[in-house]
Amino acid sequence: MRYIDILPMGDIEPDISNFLSRHLVELFPYEIRNLKPIAKPIYAFNFIRNQYFSSKVLNELVKHTSPDTMKILGVVDVDLYIPIFSHVFGEAHLRGKAAVISLYRLRPEFYGLELNRELLFNRVIKGAIHELGHTFGLTHCLNVNCVMYFSHSIWHTDVKKSSFCEECQRVISPHFILQEET
Amino acid sequence: MKSPARILIVDDEAIMRDSLTDWLMEEGYEPVAVEDGQKAIKLARTQPWNVVLCDLKMVGMDGIETMKKIKEINKDLPVIIITAYATVNTAVESMKQGAYDYVVKPFDPEEVSHLIRKIISHQELLQENILLRQELKKVYQFRDIVGKNYKMQEIFELIGTVADSDASVLILGESGTGKELIARAIHYSSPRADKPFVSVSCSALPETLLESELFGYEKGAFTGAVKDKLGRFEEANGGTLFLDEVGDMKPETQLHLLRVLQEREIRRLGGTGVIKVDVRIISATNKDLERVVKEGSFRGDLYYRLNVVTIQLPPLRERKDDIPLLAERFLMKYNIKSKKKLEGISPQAMALLVRYDWPGNVRELENVIERAVVITKHPIIQSEDLPANIQNFQESKGVKPKTIKEVEREHILHTLKENRWNISQTSKVLGIDRSTLYKKIRQYGLSPS
Repeated sequence: MRYIDILPMGDIEPDISNFLSRHLVELFPYEIRNLKPIAKPIYAFNFIRNQYFSSKVLNELVKHTSPDTMKILGVVDVDLYIPIFSHVFGEAHLRGKAAVISLYRLRPEFYGLELNRELLFNRVIKGAIHELGHTFGLTHCLNVNCVMYFSHSIWHTDVKKSSFCEECQRVISPHFILQEET
Repeated sequence: MKSPARILIVDDEAIMRDSLTDWLMEEGYEPVAVEDGQKAIKLARTQPWNVVLCDLKMVGMDGIETMKKIKEINKDLPVIIITAYATVNTAVESMKQGAYDYVVKPFDPEEVSHLIRKIISHQELLQENILLRQELKKVYQFRDIVGKNYKMQEIFELIGTVADSDASVLILGESGTGKELIARAIHYSSPRADKPFVSVSCSALPETLLESELFGYEKGAFTGAVKDKLGRFEEANGGTLFLDEVGDMKPETQLHLLRVLQEREIRRLGGTGVIKVDVRIISATNKDLERVVKEGSFRGDLYYRLNVVTIQLPPLRERKDDIPLLAERFLMKYNIKSKKKLEGISPQAMALLVRYDWPGNVRELENVIERAVVITKHPIIQSEDLPANIQNFQESKGVKPKTIKEVEREHILHTLKENRWNISQTSKVLGIDRSTLYKKIRQYGLSPS
């Protein structure tokens, strides 16, 4: 049995992890395992940018895998960045093991709007599938409706669906089998 | 599947190179990152790239210097300058030195993503455009004109010679000899190949319509002219105008055309202003234009303007050695068009094709092969797949007499047969007396058997 592990990092609402595990199991042919939350990734904090370097979080996540871990998805509630970009919603090791998503810019409150759990959950699942898609070898898709479309802004996240387009589904399916075998 | 676009990253900070590489891979590109200008220049010289992302401030050779050197190798390679120092001066300087654009670190993901996609899709369009033009050139250069006959070889050479000049060319030849193909071959081998080739048939339109077709008209020039219309001369500007059946042009249009050729400018019907045009003229006719000039129905001055170089296309019957080659080529063409896999033409059918005299020339041969491909039930085209006139040609005219005596013998025998060997009747038809006819019958050894 191989697992996709969900690892909350910091103070993450439990219903987010539960929601993710319920939905991811429908898309990926693996069991979903909610790991015990760990601390906020302080080691990744950049004092100049006042943000957290997501690549460092990914490297830390790999250390939390076990032999039966197929992929690990970290969930943080801090503002993530990579040096070239002003911010990122998440990051993943392409064809690797680790992926991370941040709730920070997915929350409607970040944009000065009212709290909206349904909208947040909707964005969280899209972000999680997108980053896990990268770990299975998918690159960004040009189809704006596909979950693998690159979200330049939260608006793009809201427009796209929480599923793979036909082409991405066709590409990802053999990866499930191949990675299962390895 | 298209191969991913290749992006060269030049940055002396490892963390920036890694971030950019990871992100560009996620975007589906093929990035390669190097840490200094020297390595980038070496890679620009030895490998193909779609875009270069180059950091401005680097130890040693800076971004502007690296870009200049890369541009010396490939001036069309777009370079995006990455800078952490967003000043107007650096932006202006990098753009002045030929940068496609510049982005400030850390970038807005949307900005860079959009920038790269814009460059790649522009390159794809350019590439597609180049391929289409090459395709067009291939089609019309000489591929569609098949001929190993020495007369055709001379014409191919002449096309190559005249293509480089702007000289007017007059193509003479019977209907169906491929005059327009020759005109296209000249155009697509000429420096005007990237500009339009416009063809007008001077015999297809009445005189007034031909004028408006050639020179265009302005709104209100005549009843029905509800908006301005470009003439063929304007459409062909920079390229070639092919005037087919120019010998059928009426005197008034001839005069108008002559003025245009002299002045290199046109005036639309109903218009007052003149429009400069740069057009090469290739004309064609199946008439003996020199004789028409002598008879006075074609202007001599226009004839000499059009006829700087003459290309005389031989009729197919004068280049019978090209018939098998042409027939095979048309077979290939219509095999593809009709989605058939015919393997060839039988020797008997080919012999019939070679014997026939082809009054409709290459066009007629093409039609015959197209028809045969459609109707045949065999894997190879047989004699029975050819039209009756070609099959019968072998019997009635296939063996052509070589001398006057042979012609006379054939003719007398044919007339005798037609008149059931009635000597009086035959001698009347032939216009000779009975005794002469008897003499000829004996001389040629003719008998009813």
